[in-house]
Amino acid sequence: MKLIDLFKQGKFVLTSEAGPPKGWQVDKLLHEMECIRGKVDAINVTDNQSSVMRLSPLVVSKMLKDKGFEPVYQITCRDRNRLALQSDILGAAAFGIENLLMLTGDHNKLGDHPDSKPVFDLDSISLTYTVKRLEQGLDLAGNKLDGEPPKFCLGAVVSPCADNLDSQLFKMEQKIKAGVDFFQTQAVYETDKFAKFMEKAKSLGAPVMLGIVILKTAGMAKYMNENVAGVYVPDNLIEELKKDKEKTKSGLTGIEIAGRLIREMKPLCQGVHLMPLGWDDKVPAILSQGGVI
Amino acid sequence: MLITEIKPKEEILAKLNKDEKTFVIQCYGCKEVYYPADEIDGFVKEHNFQSILIDYLCNREYVRKYSDKFSLEITNTKNILIFSCGTGVQSFTEVLVETGKFAGKTVHAGCNTLYVNGFQGLTPACHNCAQCGTCYLNYTAGICPVTACSKGLLNGQCGGCKNGKCEVDKEMDCGWEKIFNKLNKTGKLDNKVHLRNFKIVP
Repeated sequence: MKLIDLFKQGKFVLTSEAGPPKGWQVDKLLHEMECIRGKVDAINVTDNQSSVMRLSPLVVSKMLKDKGFEPVYQITCRDRNRLALQSDILGAAAFGIENLLMLTGDHNKLGDHPDSKPVFDLDSISLTYTVKRLEQGLDLAGNKLDGEPPKFCLGAVVSPCADNLDSQLFKMEQKIKAGVDFFQTQAVYETDKFAKFMEKAKSLGAPVMLGIVILKTAGMAKYMNENVAGVYVPDNLIEELKKDKEKTKSGLTGIEIAGRLIREMKPLCQGVHLMPLGWDDKVPAILSQGGVI
Repeated sequence: MLITEIKPKEEILAKLNKDEKTFVIQCYGCKEVYYPADEIDGFVKEHNFQSILIDYLCNREYVRKYSDKFSLEITNTKNILIFSCGTGVQSFTEVLVETGKFAGKTVHAGCNTLYVNGFQGLTPACHNCAQCGTCYLNYTAGICPVTACSKGLLNGQCGGCKNGKCEVDKEMDCGWEKIFNKLNKTGKLDNKVHLRNFKIVP
């Protein structure tokens, strides 16, 4: 099921995210996903997120699909060249995976294998172009594919709260021109910034899903402010996290904040993408408080 | 040893604004450079371009002196066509920006810098040329995306830029932030999708 079809039907689309383990046993992850079965339309599967080596997202996407979930297979350009990327994309088609998220990827130096070779043979734009070529029955070298060409729904990322809004909007437009169908945003914690962004992004015509990362602690919020591009947690939310430590530890503050942000910003967008960072069991409460389920 | 080749002539001509004058700068460079002097000379004469031949375009002090000496010619032209390695093009472009002479002009790279084995002669410079063989400076306002971007991206900024700095090194400017701001200012943003050719790099 392609997410673009849900957007076309006017549905407010909901997605969550699963990070593969640093190992090959997937039982725990599959078990954790049960608490969101039927609550979200699809589940993103991250690709060596933050340049930390983990189990292949192609494998985990397939396993989720076998269990009746709809995966969004995230593909970064950090670790594989254009041959391997095309190969994995065809692999996704062979597994019946229909939704892909096109990413350039964090640099190797940020992760746990900082000595490794950065590939970046392609980037999010040329990767999108590559998928569109495969959909036309050709590989990047112009060779004809055997059999039916694959067909996907393509997603990409945009950062509404990044420092340079013009650059984000221009890149968003380039991504749409290359063939992206929908967007999931980097985490947003400021309604007015999101409104300002959507005012301009709306005219580009592609559905936008508001990204929310659950705030677990004040420390996490401060860390993101220092280190994560495009994310800014305002002081009032950091204070809210600090105010009642027990409540924050139990996750209730994080749930409340996320729910409130969704309620405030849902009129501005076409869906919500939650990044629970392991707190999958809190997703139903957040979506409920957000008024979207 | 540094080797440059002239870019396909049709490619150079296609990028020049035909209604405007073109001023050519040829760098005969450092002791180590091999550059196709005769071919470039022939091209310049064929199109009747005004041309100067100088050396060490990578040296900003030299470039400042030359841009002062030829200030009138530079002011009266819209196309500046530079035949040098990638370092020279970047260096000259930056001096033009610093001296306020860049507005309304386009700087064109006329050469590709090819990769050569062995240890390259050391000419310390602020800018870096990766000898990629397919000079992208014509698409990126004279800032090299291969060397100014940690990931060597060709199609715009990644999501890792924070406060104008690269996610890999907080002291390093995001190359694409600089490229985008410059292209945006000059209205030269384009939608071409670029793929790197690694076949020509051994």
